[in-house]
Formats: sequence, C-alpha cells, structure tokens
Amino acid sequence: MLDRRVADFAQAIAGIGDGATILLGGFGGAGTPLGLVAAVHAAGLKDLTVIANNGGSAEPDLSLWLAAGQVRKLVCSYPKSKLNTTASFSELYLAGKIELELVPQGTLVERIRCGGAGLGGFYTPVGAGTALAEGKETRMIDGREHVLEKPIRADVALLRARQADRLGNLTYNMAARNFAPVMATAAELVVAEVEEFVEPGAIDPEAVVTPGIFVDRVVLKGAPR
Amino acid sequence: MSTPLTREQLARRIARAIPDGAFVNLGIGLPDQIPDHIPAGREIFLHSENGILNMGPRPPAGEENWDLINAGKQPVTLRTGGSFFDSSLSFAMMRGGHLDISVLGAFQVSERGDLANWSTGIGEGVPAVGGAMDLAVGAREIWVMMEHTSRHGHARIVRDCTYPLTARGVVKRIFSNLAVIAVTADGLEVEEILPGLSLDALRAQTEAPLRPGAMRPLEG
Repeated sequence: MLDRRVADFAQAIAGIGDGATILLGGFGGAGTPLGLVAAVHAAGLKDLTVIANNGGSAEPDLSLWLAAGQVRKLVCSYPKSKLNTTASFSELYLAGKIELELVPQGTLVERIRCGGAGLGGFYTPVGAGTALAEGKETRMIDGREHVLEKPIRADVALLRARQADRLGNLTYNMAARNFAPVMATAAELVVAEVEEFVEPGAIDPEAVVTPGIFVDRVVLKGAPR
Repeated sequence: MSTPLTREQLARRIARAIPDGAFVNLGIGLPDQIPDHIPAGREIFLHSENGILNMGPRPPAGEENWDLINAGKQPVTLRTGGSFFDSSLSFAMMRGGHLDISVLGAFQVSERGDLANWSTGIGEGVPAVGGAMDLAVGAREIWVMMEHTSRHGHARIVRDCTYPLTARGVVKRIFSNLAVIAVTADGLEVEEILPGLSLDALRAQTEAPLRPGAMRPLEG
C-alpha cells in the first residue's frame, strides 16, 4: 500500500548526499520548511547548490546552512536580507566564498516549472537589455526582444505544506504556498514537512494543490528530529 | 517659494489617479503608503508577487500571521473575495499583462521610459532583483513614484540611465514631488506642476528635455 509518510526527519532526508542540488521552498519565512532545514544542517551535508527565492534571514532557515559553510552556490532572486546574522549570505558573497546566480523571481519560478514540465526552456521579455541577460541567447518575437532561459531541475525539493494524506496529496497555507507547488514537480526526491496528516479523501479533490504523484515523502512538522 | 509634496501628499496624488476596479501591484518602499489614501467608495485590488490577490492592510498587533505576508515580508490581511496562488501563476499575472497598473520606486527614469530601480551598480554589495524586472515588463502601465532629484541633488529624470537597467521603455508616467510627467513617443510631457514652480525651474532639476503639456497644478 502506497504510503509517503515517514516517522522522523532522519528518514525524511535519507539519501541526500554531499554536492546535492536542492530546491528550497519559501518566500521570506512563509513556506520555509524549518524542520527539514534543521535536519540537513544536522546531517552536515556540504557542497550544496541551493535554489531558493531568498538568501536566509535571522530565522533558523537557509542562514543555518550558510553559517555552517554547507552551500557552494545559491540560485536566487533576492539574496539580501535586512535581518542578516553573522556569516550571512552577504558576508560569504563579499568574501568570495559562495557563488551566486541572480535570477528575476518570475524567471526563476518559470525555469523550475519548465524543469518539472519537461520543457527545454522559454523566451521571456524579462531581463532583455539588462545585465541579467548578458551572455544569453536572445530573439525578436513580435517585435520585442526576448531572452532564452533554460530549465532548472534538482536532486531534491524541500517544501512546507499544510495537510498531507498518505498518497502525498498536499494543501498549503495562504501565502506560504509560493514556490512549493512548482518546486514539487522538478526534483528527483520531493519531501514536504506538513502541519497535519489526514486520511485519503479528507482533502476535497478540488482543493488538492499538489497531487501526490509529485511527492515522495511527507513528515510531520513536530516529528522527532 | 513653493514646497514640494511630502511623501504622504504624493501617495495621495497617486491614489487619486488609480481608477475604480483596477488591479494594482505596488513596489516595496515609497509606494507602500498609497493604499492608505484610496478615495472612499473606490474598490482597488492589490496584487502581491508572493501569491496574493485582494490584499488588505497590516493586521492589528498580535494578529499577525507569518504565512500571510507581502513582498516586503510584512504581515498583511486578505480581503473578502481574495485568493492565494503559487508563484508561477502570480508572475503569469504580471508578465501576461493582467495587472492594470504597477507603481514602482526608481533611482532613474530616462526620457524614453527606461527604468533603473534594482541596483545602483558595481560596488554596492550583494545584488538582488526580486520581482522588479518581471513587474516592469509585465504590468499594462508602469508608474514611477519618486523624489524628483536624488538626496545629493542629482537629476533622476535623465537622457540615459547610468544605473543598471531594470527594463527598457516601460515607464508611462512619473509622479514626483514636483511634477507629474507623461512619457510619450515624443519625449517627456509635463501634465502637472507644483503651483508656483516655473517650467524653467523644473527643467533645471531635470536632465531630460521637458515639453509643457496640460500643466495643471500638482496637488497632494
């Protein structure tokens, strides 16, 4: 019987290795899976490439991995934070200790969508004629310059959701949804940290946001770390 | 001597210009104040890039929900009839031209409507773009809200932007503390000007050429 539920955070992140590319959900603090972040931190994984909208804050979020030197490269739209702590992204970046690929937010999510949808990329007017289009293929479409953007896929997606059933169907909480439904489509291993487990059928099929086909493991927020 | 509009007066001027029923995205910073000044009886739908339509004001202290925040990561509320959606759909709303107006802050605007609002260039530390480029390219009308000159007195309405571009040829209207200026195919046209300020005095604080348009009095 299919059952995506795991009992603790060690099982939730089992198999993720050094050098992994990780899609990390969340916009600011909304939607960041803090339990999964803590587990990856505790496991001491290193040389990670992280794809996330933000670069960490004063919360025990991505800034934990940054402070521990676990991240080799960040692909991100907004790495700055007013809440920067010591060994924050800014410090590492200015010291040349971390690589940054800066991507406009809508382009970032669309690249991940392409990765999950089996597409080879897309042309967008966003960034045309700016520093962020340098070195990229461009093309005039209907008289407007467009930039070719390539898909993003990852080894792992770590997400936060509200409800999950054993099939992995997910709902989210308000604006904590943001990148998660798209990231769930674009990784080999997709793990969601959730507020509650419910019986299959308890989530209205019309209200399922991420169908379980995309999800490999679900773990309760309060599960043993 | 005429006094430039305060930020609050400028926010009020822009709020009056937003029509009933408009779907609007407000940039982080100066435009934050605009919702406080929407005239009574007018229904405006605010979009937030992180996946909210019909966003409401900050809740009272103690009622914040940190899963309900705006693009500036501040707690907000949802109005009746509002909705949540993922980031892909949110940026489809922008790029696809579904938002009527976006009001953005800016460092510089050129006479052709080029916008520079995401970076002041090399040496500023960590670059960050967020949704600035997506918004600038996608909304049907881009309005800029800014002080007419920089803190150091440099013109911000220029012939060519010297700061890194956010997008080319996208700005429709500039609302400054001295004037409202339309970006037209024939250059910049002054629609409103601070009472008591002459066009020559305005030109002295503007690098790009200005043509007189309607020249109505600018009121906060």
